[in-house]
Amino acid sequence: QKVSVEVLAHLEQLALVDFRDLEGVERLQKAIQFADQLHEVNTDGVEPMDSVLEDRCLYLREDDVTEGNCTKELLENAREKVEEYFVAPPGNIPLAKLEEQEAFLQGS
Amino acid sequence: AARGCGGVWHRARQCGAGRPWPGPFPRGQRAVACNARGGAVPAGKSGLAPWIPVVGLEIHAQISSNSKLFSGSQVQFAAPPNSLVSFFDASLPGTLPVLNRRCVEAAVMTGLALNCSINKKSLFDRKHYFYADLPAGYQITQQRVPIAVNGSLSYSLCIDNKMSQMVTKTVRIKQIQLEQDSGKSLHDDTRCQTLVDLNRAGVGLMEVVMEPDMCCGEEAAAAVRELQLILQTLGSSQAVMAEGQLRVDANVSVHHPGEPYGVRTEVKNINSIRFLAKAVDYEIQRQIEELENGGTILNETRAFDSKLGCTVPMRDKEGKQDYRFMPEPNLPPLILYDAKSLPANMNHQQVINIDWIHERLPDLPSVKREKLVEQYGILPEHSFALLNEDGLAEFFESVVKQTQMKPKKVIGWILNDLLSYLKQHSLTVKESPVSSFLLADLLNLLEKKEISSSAAKQVLAELWKGEGKTPLEIVKEQKLELLQDQKELEQICQAVIDGHENE
Repeated sequence: QKVSVEVLAHLEQLALVDFRDLEGVERLQKAIQFADQLHEVNTDGVEPMDSVLEDRCLYLREDDVTEGNCTKELLENAREKVEEYFVAPPGNIPLAKLEEQEAFLQGS
Repeated sequence: AARGCGGVWHRARQCGAGRPWPGPFPRGQRAVACNARGGAVPAGKSGLAPWIPVVGLEIHAQISSNSKLFSGSQVQFAAPPNSLVSFFDASLPGTLPVLNRRCVEAAVMTGLALNCSINKKSLFDRKHYFYADLPAGYQITQQRVPIAVNGSLSYSLCIDNKMSQMVTKTVRIKQIQLEQDSGKSLHDDTRCQTLVDLNRAGVGLMEVVMEPDMCCGEEAAAAVRELQLILQTLGSSQAVMAEGQLRVDANVSVHHPGEPYGVRTEVKNINSIRFLAKAVDYEIQRQIEELENGGTILNETRAFDSKLGCTVPMRDKEGKQDYRFMPEPNLPPLILYDAKSLPANMNHQQVINIDWIHERLPDLPSVKREKLVEQYGILPEHSFALLNEDGLAEFFESVVKQTQMKPKKVIGWILNDLLSYLKQHSLTVKESPVSSFLLADLLNLLEKKEISSSAAKQVLAELWKGEGKTPLEIVKEQKLELLQDQKELEQICQAVIDGHENE
């Protein structure tokens, strides 16, 4: 069972991954096959475990202000900033354009 | 309280002075004929089959707490950008969420007030999508098993214009879930960039999902108004829409009676309760018109444009989103207890007892209204109006305590005179230049028949200037006292009669 082109495109858009070439796609197929081995186990009537923490206690914190006020430090990570705001492109850029941008940046 | 609709709509004719449809509706007027009793109506004059609109709401209420849902940074409106942001809020690697107890209590209180079943075990999930104001690339929410489910909210509507006939409606609450708020994006179109402020990122939200039990803008508005009052009474959220503490998205569709539900659209960017009613009614009309013209409704997200009074498709929302929900790996299940299941040996700071919270719930607005009606003999519409304005009920009760005038008479002065002054000058009850003491003083003069009713209104107008004079002082100044002396009255009457005889 092969992964369809539509699913690949969908995955690339959702997760912002790039399968790049045939080798990448094949690696994906092999990974899926590997994971499919899980189906060999009979799980009828067994509740799925969704977290290894299911038996742990969820710690509840008191409602006190203990953090914040580190604008300068946080903005040190920003490539671009305007008056203590982070700067981002206007809205999400569709993937195709992103590739063009990268090519342009590499060229310049 | 708002006017109710019948639940069935007909195609709108062009309304008013040839205003083209779709367009903003003239104030106070609705372009559609409704059946006031709420039953299905046979095909109208135009011969077209009637439509049943279906409205559901998703409401996000910001939790009133000192710090955020999963971090210790402060929750505050309008602070310097990015000053209330912890490393976790900025999604720096190596940081982990730590749940705020107060936020859980707020959600439990709200669930109980809305008659929900509280899930003693609820789970956290990640909802993935990319946006500049969501630094982690996902939002922590409760998609699979939320904290509260299956509740109900009762609200009231007026059937006619005079507010004398009220009807109670109920909307089912599907669930209440805890989730993180995102940061704020400021779009700078001139420089083609977005400025991001993460102060709001990570603030606790309660998402209240209402089932599609409503059928028009006014029902939606009345339901949200009641929810707002409940949240404010509980203190779980201050629910001020103007400050973004209460956000409403409406899901709207139409269908013919007996047929399956139509395709629904989601309407966002609604900034006030008034706009909510407008947005919903506009969208219903738009869908009816579209379908009757042979078009189709797209399952899309639309934004309400308050200036134009219409909904427009939203950019950045192409295609159906796949949020790839997965369990939040860093948080164990949230376990709540009640009196029966309370563990013996646990540190009580780590334990949330649902019954303990239930016992301490304050009187909800509906209960307060009943008590006011019972205690003071006022009408239900009056108690509605009293609770609709912050502090007005307390003001009323304070005046009643300080005057001999019957509550049924006092209420007129509160709702007609005081409230209209407040509205005219855009003041809250707390800002009133006339205190309950002064008003009671004035009403006592009236009750003792020392002044007439019209004189009392004159005194009130003077008191409103807030110059510090007492009612008695104003009465004396303007000579408004009622004459009590019989002889003096006879003399005046005789003089008037004599005066007329001469004509």
